[in-house]
Amino acid sequence: MFTRLKQNRRLLILLALGAFLLFCLLIAVSLGAVPISPLDIIKMTLNKTGLFHFSATWQPSDETILFLIRLPRVIAGALVGAALASAGVLFQGMLRNPMADPYIIGTSAGAAFGATIAMMLPVSVAFLSFGLVPIAAFFGALGAVLLVYNLAKVGGKTPIVSMLLAGFAVSAMLAAIVFLMVTLSGRTGLLQNVYSFLMGSISVSGWNQIIIVAPLIIGAIVAARFLAFRLNALSLGEEGAAYLGIDVERDKIIVLALGSLLTAAAVSISGLIGFVGLVVPHAVRLVLGPDHRLLLPAAALSGGAFIVLADLFARTVLAPSEIPIGIITAIIGAPFFIYLLRHTRREYAF
Amino acid sequence: MINLKQVSFSYGDTPVLHHIDLLVQEGEMVALLGPNGSGKTTLIKLLSGVLRPTVGDIHLDGSILSSMKRRQVAQRVAVVPQQFSMPFAFTLREVVLLGRTPFLSVFSDEGEHDHRVVQQAMERIGISALKERFFNELSGGERQKAILAMALAQEPKILLLDEPTAHLDINHQVEILDLVKSLNREQGVTVIGAMHDLNLAALYFDRLLLLKEGRIFADGTPEKLLTAETIEEVFAASVQVTQHPLTKSPHVVVIPKRSPLE
Repeated sequence: MFTRLKQNRRLLILLALGAFLLFCLLIAVSLGAVPISPLDIIKMTLNKTGLFHFSATWQPSDETILFLIRLPRVIAGALVGAALASAGVLFQGMLRNPMADPYIIGTSAGAAFGATIAMMLPVSVAFLSFGLVPIAAFFGALGAVLLVYNLAKVGGKTPIVSMLLAGFAVSAMLAAIVFLMVTLSGRTGLLQNVYSFLMGSISVSGWNQIIIVAPLIIGAIVAARFLAFRLNALSLGEEGAAYLGIDVERDKIIVLALGSLLTAAAVSISGLIGFVGLVVPHAVRLVLGPDHRLLLPAAALSGGAFIVLADLFARTVLAPSEIPIGIITAIIGAPFFIYLLRHTRREYAF
Repeated sequence: MINLKQVSFSYGDTPVLHHIDLLVQEGEMVALLGPNGSGKTTLIKLLSGVLRPTVGDIHLDGSILSSMKRRQVAQRVAVVPQQFSMPFAFTLREVVLLGRTPFLSVFSDEGEHDHRVVQQAMERIGISALKERFFNELSGGERQKAILAMALAQEPKILLLDEPTAHLDINHQVEILDLVKSLNREQGVTVIGAMHDLNLAALYFDRLLLLKEGRIFADGTPEKLLTAETIEEVFAASVQVTQHPLTKSPHVVVIPKRSPLE
């Protein structure tokens, strides 16, 4: 009976969060320079399935705006938020460090490094409808993580402290190289591009990028959910987890790979959006507890909703001009986080 | 049954254990004693399978330990270390539930049976009243009992202890060892524990192993082993051995190097 209750509670919470995410998506697509009524959105979407045939109570242009501009952007936001929040859960769980965020082991600096190189190239190449910049950011992020992981390896093991230190060193070095490259190039306009990449913004054109990134992100989150019980055991530390039958070195590599993949996929369509990967996992953990089997999917859904709302703010508050979304996530995220920290009894201890 | 044949272990170039031969039968209660650096903790880690012998093999019920999967080992062998740190706010029940990890798989979360085992383990240790408290907010003694309950939830045949009472007050030391002893006597759990307190070891354990510089110096009952000469030889400390007034087990009394009466 106890099990059933517990699992029902988990399911109910996830269903509620899923419904909230859908609600946010609906609000976000309906608002903008041309408002579209939520009812029309639902009808248009149902018509797309081919099973329904509502007669049009909307302009033909509304359909174009909805399906080619707003929906891709909003879906991309949900994917980025879910990816960053899940990566945050994975890194915080594995490193047993609540200060860990998806960028801590060099992903961010690596992505910036890759993106900067792509921006400096005189050519403009498109690959599977991705520009060169997101692809370079993706591989820069993965490359930096591999470098950090190998630097941190001591005699076949990767102690967590040496991983954090290596991550810090590699990030500092790559960030310096990025600014050196920009300075030496003498192109001040480039600085603006690098800056906007670092501040983050959801930029997708149509569905093509989403079709590639969505399976990566959703697949990685599902895979991570299967490993969640091992993350619980890893909370006891590497030695304690090993006593409980965990193959620690193997699981660290899997968690690192999934987390890096999620981060790199998010970075490739949004640049660097800070604060989500750090704050959302914390907030969810403070409210729902640290069991990764609930924490991981709940953080993914909450992170998705958070970015969808933040992006809605970013593009509507000062319309027609857009605020970089990273500023919004920090302005909303930080006070909310401080409130949670001060109003919950669950404390962190080391 | 655990059988070590000519087991040696080095951390890199630093040898720690040399040519250990040891046979522990099912249901025994064995204490590892020796000064710091004598290899007690390393031997516990070798027996748990998280370290592998540099030379030699450890046999666990006929299988070679280092060729078994971690999960298989953890279904039979549980470890209670000196202490665990826990960065997240798990409740005591959630921590005890971690003991079921070796029985879970990627596709199945815990079920009724696991919850029953967890409940029984908490009741056996006498902490089920605390089950919804946060692990981090418990006292040191309560935390150590939670870890013992977690180990018990693994339903182990072999329980390894690594100085499990090192950070505890005397009342908790006795409570923990009483519990361990009853698990050994009533459930037939084999217990092998690294201990630093000679008198507690003499009170609770049937067989002592004295380690000195990575070798087994002596192996036998407390009565046979705990003599002033042997202890001086192994620990380089002057002692007198008397008798425990109630149990008649040997009782070691240290003699200060400089007499306080001077």
